[in-house]
Amino acid sequence: MKKIRLIIGREIKSKLKNKTFIIMTILAPLLITGFLAFMIKMAQSEKTEQNVLVIDDSQLFKDKLVGNDYISLSFSNEKLEKAVGEFTDKGYSCLLWISPTVIEGGAGATKLFYKKSPGFAFQTYVKDQMERIIYENKLKANNIDPNIISNSKASIKIILEKVNDQGSTQEQASFGLFGFLTGALMFMFILMYGMMVFRSVMEEKTNRIVEVIVSSVKPFELMLGKIIGVAILGTIQFLIMGLITFILTTALSALFLKDASAQLKVFQSQQEMVKKNGTNVNFNDLEKFDDKLEMFDLLQKIQKIDFAEVFICFILYFIGGYLFYSSIMAAIGSAVDSEADSQQFITPVMIPLMVGYFIATKTIMDPDSSTVFWGSIIPFTSPIVMMSRITNGVPMWELVLSLGILFVSFVFTTWLAGKIYRTGILMYGKKTSWREIGKWLFYK
Amino acid sequence: MADILQIKNVSKKYSNHVALNDVSLNIAEKSVFGLLGPNGAGKTSLIRIINQITGPDSGEIIFKGEKLHPKHVERIGYLPEERGLYKKMSVGDQVLYLAQLKGLSKAEAKKRLTYWFEKFEMQSWWKKKIEELSKGMQQKVQFIVTVIHEPELLILDEPFSGFDPINAQMIKNEILELRKNGATVIFSTHNMGSVEELCDNIALIHKSEKILDGSVKDIRKTYRSNTYKITFKGNLMGFTNALWTGAEFLDKHTEDDINSVTIKLLNGVTSSQLLQAVLPVCEIHSFNEIIPSMNDIFIMKVNQGNEVAGTKSNFTE
Repeated sequence: MKKIRLIIGREIKSKLKNKTFIIMTILAPLLITGFLAFMIKMAQSEKTEQNVLVIDDSQLFKDKLVGNDYISLSFSNEKLEKAVGEFTDKGYSCLLWISPTVIEGGAGATKLFYKKSPGFAFQTYVKDQMERIIYENKLKANNIDPNIISNSKASIKIILEKVNDQGSTQEQASFGLFGFLTGALMFMFILMYGMMVFRSVMEEKTNRIVEVIVSSVKPFELMLGKIIGVAILGTIQFLIMGLITFILTTALSALFLKDASAQLKVFQSQQEMVKKNGTNVNFNDLEKFDDKLEMFDLLQKIQKIDFAEVFICFILYFIGGYLFYSSIMAAIGSAVDSEADSQQFITPVMIPLMVGYFIATKTIMDPDSSTVFWGSIIPFTSPIVMMSRITNGVPMWELVLSLGILFVSFVFTTWLAGKIYRTGILMYGKKTSWREIGKWLFYK
Repeated sequence: MADILQIKNVSKKYSNHVALNDVSLNIAEKSVFGLLGPNGAGKTSLIRIINQITGPDSGEIIFKGEKLHPKHVERIGYLPEERGLYKKMSVGDQVLYLAQLKGLSKAEAKKRLTYWFEKFEMQSWWKKKIEELSKGMQQKVQFIVTVIHEPELLILDEPFSGFDPINAQMIKNEILELRKNGATVIFSTHNMGSVEELCDNIALIHKSEKILDGSVKDIRKTYRSNTYKITFKGNLMGFTNALWTGAEFLDKHTEDDINSVTIKLLNGVTSSQLLQAVLPVCEIHSFNEIIPSMNDIFIMKVNQGNEVAGTKSNFTE
């Protein structure tokens, strides 16, 4: 036991002294949150001021096509040819020309002249309005009141309630994307730390120090020490990364999402009111959040996630999945002499992990399919697939079964790996095949 | 003298070949024991079994009267043939780690390491990484790792391969000193020169079987063939006549008027009788018995073994 402790200690110390490892630990969360912040910032700042000169030869849009807080529109009756040459000198950023035949449609009926591209958001804004105006125009031409049409439109939001075995129901978050992300994170972690074990084993073999060590400790102890060492290291790294990410995202959301969460509160109280009073609510009294609905949906889903459950499951499945795969990785690491030979052995181990990843993508669309169910029970894929399901509410018995199988399997793979490992580490200069590894299992 | 190690009928089989076949050996305490044999004979397999890296399929090993047990690894030092160190770890940390794995406390390991560093004048290496050291320096560190826990039994697998002459000499001196201090040394080699110089006893392993063992002196005595080399001044004809049928000429060689002959005595003739017979006819310059070197015996036994093995394998196929 004392010797295993020494091995664990060395494994941790050698990695902690490694600069890349430390930089990765700090940099990874910075990159993730930095990327998120960048995305949010991008989404918000796509609003450059546009001063637009409109030449409307169809005469349909005057006073109907309107600007907003960053787009101002000025209508003019100038000739197009003349205006194209002059609009920038007059201080306009672009020129929108609408042909007399725009109502008949077809490409080229509307043109936008510019020197600096006004961006996609601007185009969408103008296009949507014009389409609506033409649509209403055509309705009127056929004597249809546009109000009837708009009042006939209905928007439906399905609220999911899962009925459990006791017959009681629970509102579901069904936040597939979040589940998938945790699954993908699990995939990354298992692979990363599995490879770490693999490299550490191979390093000792290629350095030729391994025989010196196994003359003092049993090969199995050495392997176990390594696996546990990397697991501790991984957990430390995960906690540090998690903490940094948490701090950064909290800071970020305070910065970017303060208004949004205040608005969300108003929105939620309104939703409650509508639920209670049905259509008797006077909609005109309510604040309108049309453009923010998607974001509210996201925020509400995040609020419904049971982070404690996700966290505990993540740790449990990480430990189980890591131990399961890393012992296989250790066995493979012992069988190869150089990194160049390792590919043919790593690929077959990667495949079940990849399969797990793909099943996790399926979980988003179809969380209760049998592929997903079995994927979350079979130990080769269960850590990844179960994490992708976790926010959909997994019955306790499935969790217990899946974790139980996972932990029993890892005891088995570790035992198997130990047999391969102790022969593999002492085999030099011979190219190993799967057949050969199979034989090692039966050496005494 | 008591045996530190008794190897009893040890066999080891891998899937497609037999590494050791019913090998028995006794290794006396405080001796230097040479484990000889050509490459692939099974030496390393036997050494790994003694080090408990692998287990025998059958047979047992007794270490100082007890059945070999994992606790014994702390009393054994091992320098494998495939040896190396962590390249990125500092010399000090590395040796301390490996010494602790051999059961030393950290403080004790530090004390002993300081002793060795002073002995080899390498105090300044403590914080250096192994990859920053020259090959010769690395070998010194490797040797310290092997002996730092002051093992009662030291096992060196091909210790002179890969070591430069200076370090090889250093190891030879250390082996002799360790023995003087009460350690037993087993080393495997196919370098016969070092055997005669260092070993008290040897065992010859060939094709996974022990084909010869005993003390170096006894073995060489057994393999003496009553062969002598004589150089003399005088008539070669007269010399030959004087011997009559008492000896067989194996080789003769004349330079100026000095003859040098190699003869094998026959019919129970002793060396004194030989000298009495030839003294009247020539002037003897030198007279030596030719004792076969361990190298000769090694090659002879291996060739014999090959013949036997050859017929054997023909038989099985």
